Amino acid sequence: MLEFLVGKFNYYIYIFLMMIGFYAMIGKRNLVKKLIGMNIFQWSIILYFVSIGAKKGGSIPIVEGLSGHGAHIVSHASQYVNPLPHVLMLTAIVVGVGTTGVALALLLRIYNKYKTLEEDEILRKMK
Amino acid sequence: MIDKHESIIIKMISRILAPFVQLYALYVIMHGHTSPGGGFQGGVILGASFILLAIAFGIDEVKERFAERILTTFTSMGVFIYGFIGFVCFILGANFLDYGILPVVEPRGMGMLGIEIGVGITVMAVMVSIFYDLSTYE
Amino acid sequence: MRIFYYILTCITGLLLIYGVSDMPKWGDPHQPASIHVSPRYIEKTLEETEVPNMVTAVLADYRGFDTFGETTVIFTAAVSCLLILRKRRKEKDV
Repeated sequence: MLEFLVGKFNYYIYIFLMMIGFYAMIGKRNLVKKLIGMNIFQWSIILYFVSIGAKKGGSIPIVEGLSGHGAHIVSHASQYVNPLPHVLMLTAIVVGVGTTGVALALLLRIYNKYKTLEEDEILRKMK
Repeated sequence: MIDKHESIIIKMISRILAPFVQLYALYVIMHGHTSPGGGFQGGVILGASFILLAIAFGIDEVKERFAERILTTFTSMGVFIYGFIGFVCFILGANFLDYGILPVVEPRGMGMLGIEIGVGITVMAVMVSIFYDLSTYE
Repeated sequence: MRIFYYILTCITGLLLIYGVSDMPKWGDPHQPASIHVSPRYIEKTLEETEVPNMVTAVLADYRGFDTFGETTVIFTAAVSCLLILRKRRKEKDV
């Protein structure tokens, strides 16, 4: 029981952030607040993936001890943190930036046409 | 529309700081081999220096110096540099993006450096272009 | 209506907490994410490419084609922002 609570504490943090983002996406009526909720959800997933690659006693994924060109260094897989989640999440961050930019552009056009950003007033004006 | 800021401290400090921010961004791109960094990170810092100038001095002054037409050319130029390096490897006989065959010292490291420069240029131009579009629409 | 959304969020959170029991511990060196492909990347980076940074070597050399598609994605985001927000030039009346 204690291992379930303390050994896996990082998953609880991400579930908490994810549920905050989820509630903001479905429970708020303003469109900008929904967009911020989507962003929070996205960042919690990125943090979750990066935390999976952690290792006890590992250091950052850059080969150390490199002095001069001829030195032969044997690096062992247990010295360094897993580099693959870092690589994949770089791509995910850039995709998030692109999505937020296009969503803000769409919000500008909606505000220009309907003069409001609340969801129920927009649905009423569209009829 | 973003106007000029009234306080003279902000104008003076951002004018002094902007070249150092750009130098740091170029350092982050070029040292992608040996320290954390690379193309995406350096491109964002370089774009942020132009956005700092636009917030301090008003967007019309920055648009005079860095026009929108040149900006769209920069976005395509970065992707073109990437594909160009890949095609040079293709023409010389190996697979696409296979850097072992380039005729320079340390071919795999230099191929990676060229690619990161292309990615950095594209990301910088995209940041500034989205900022221009979002702030001059009425 | 708000109560329904609260309850839905709590139910989803409880289901996810129930799913945590299958996950590996924090910092476990024998978890499935760290034993298949990544030891090969860690051990062979310095002798195949002469670049000490493993993250840049995987991003730009071993998986360089994915980074090409990534650059195209951010280019497409800029182009679609342009399409939504630029005004058409009006026809001049002669």
